[in-house]
Amino acid sequence: MRRSMLFFPGNSANMLLNADFLGSDSMILDLEDAVAPTEKDSARILVRNAIRDLGYTREVIVRINPVDSPYWEKDLQTIIPVKPDMIMPTKVSCADDVKIISDYIAGLEEQLGMEVGTVKLIPLIETALGVENAYQIASSDPRVEAIFLGGEDLTADLRCKRTKEGNEIFYARSRMVMAARAAGVDVYDTPWTDVEDYEGLIKDAEFAKSLGFTGKSSISPRHVTFINEVFSPTEEEIQYARDVFATIEKAKAEGKGVVSLRGKMIDAPIVARAAQVLEAAEAMKGGR
Amino acid sequence: MKEKAWAGTMESSDIYVEVEPLATGSGIDLTVNSVVYAQFGDAIEKTIMETLESLAIDDMKVVANDRGAVDCTIKARVETAVRRLKEEA
Repeated sequence: MRRSMLFFPGNSANMLLNADFLGSDSMILDLEDAVAPTEKDSARILVRNAIRDLGYTREVIVRINPVDSPYWEKDLQTIIPVKPDMIMPTKVSCADDVKIISDYIAGLEEQLGMEVGTVKLIPLIETALGVENAYQIASSDPRVEAIFLGGEDLTADLRCKRTKEGNEIFYARSRMVMAARAAGVDVYDTPWTDVEDYEGLIKDAEFAKSLGFTGKSSISPRHVTFINEVFSPTEEEIQYARDVFATIEKAKAEGKGVVSLRGKMIDAPIVARAAQVLEAAEAMKGGR
Repeated sequence: MKEKAWAGTMESSDIYVEVEPLATGSGIDLTVNSVVYAQFGDAIEKTIMETLESLAIDDMKVVANDRGAVDCTIKARVETAVRRLKEEA
């Protein structure tokens, strides 16, 4: 289960060493923006060795450089052999961007004797074109398990200011959720970039959750606990979900067709929501 | 091949490695400076030597300034420095 995803600069030996102990459900080891162009070679070798030798227990996602850069192929050549759970392609603007990367990974998987399709994708959508093509991207390839909104680059592309209120990314957030759910994949929200503002973080995460996001990313380890809390079902929600199923069972035993709980009719969407809550609670109990 | 190359940083848990080519038959000239040399000096030297061997390097001057790096970091920095020297990066 992924509620939180924490970014780590790929060339920081110290941060990669501690990455598994900071509480996030997934770790994003970054070869892109957090790494200077002169250190791309160094970061990809360090990240490869860390995944291979440090015995990470959490989900490992590697963020690679965009397809219009000179780095992405070397990133994949170096990283795919150590089998990360997912690759995060960057600046994905259309389904073809995903296809290029998926086909390249397939070639590497074949060479390495891995089953084709082993490594999954979580495209980072951070351009206006990408947001407009979000559904096509989300449904472009069986490797795509989720899509991810990058708010900072997106607002630069939109030529507007990134604010704490986030009105400028409201449309993008809604569109991303709609696209992901229509394609049957998960969807993750952009990080909250003010490291010290926890109140703002919680509000922002709660808002993202209310729109339908699966979870949220972070650039600060201090944000992880708050994000996990916001995206976990509460005790009350879990109890309500259990009551929904208990009520249905009881009604079945009594031969009743229509049932209600706490004055509200239990219909299909309520049952679906209850099942999701129990599934999330179960996943939290079992770790990954 | 370049005259000199380096990789890594002087940050905690990292190691800064400098490499220079040596004439054939010179062997490996290795110097390790480490904050934990008394405890781990031999192990660091062994890891560096094994990494050089895996990269088929027989003759090279290597100076490593260690800040408490674990094995996979030492291996990564040595490999990067050697690849940079050979301009394979």
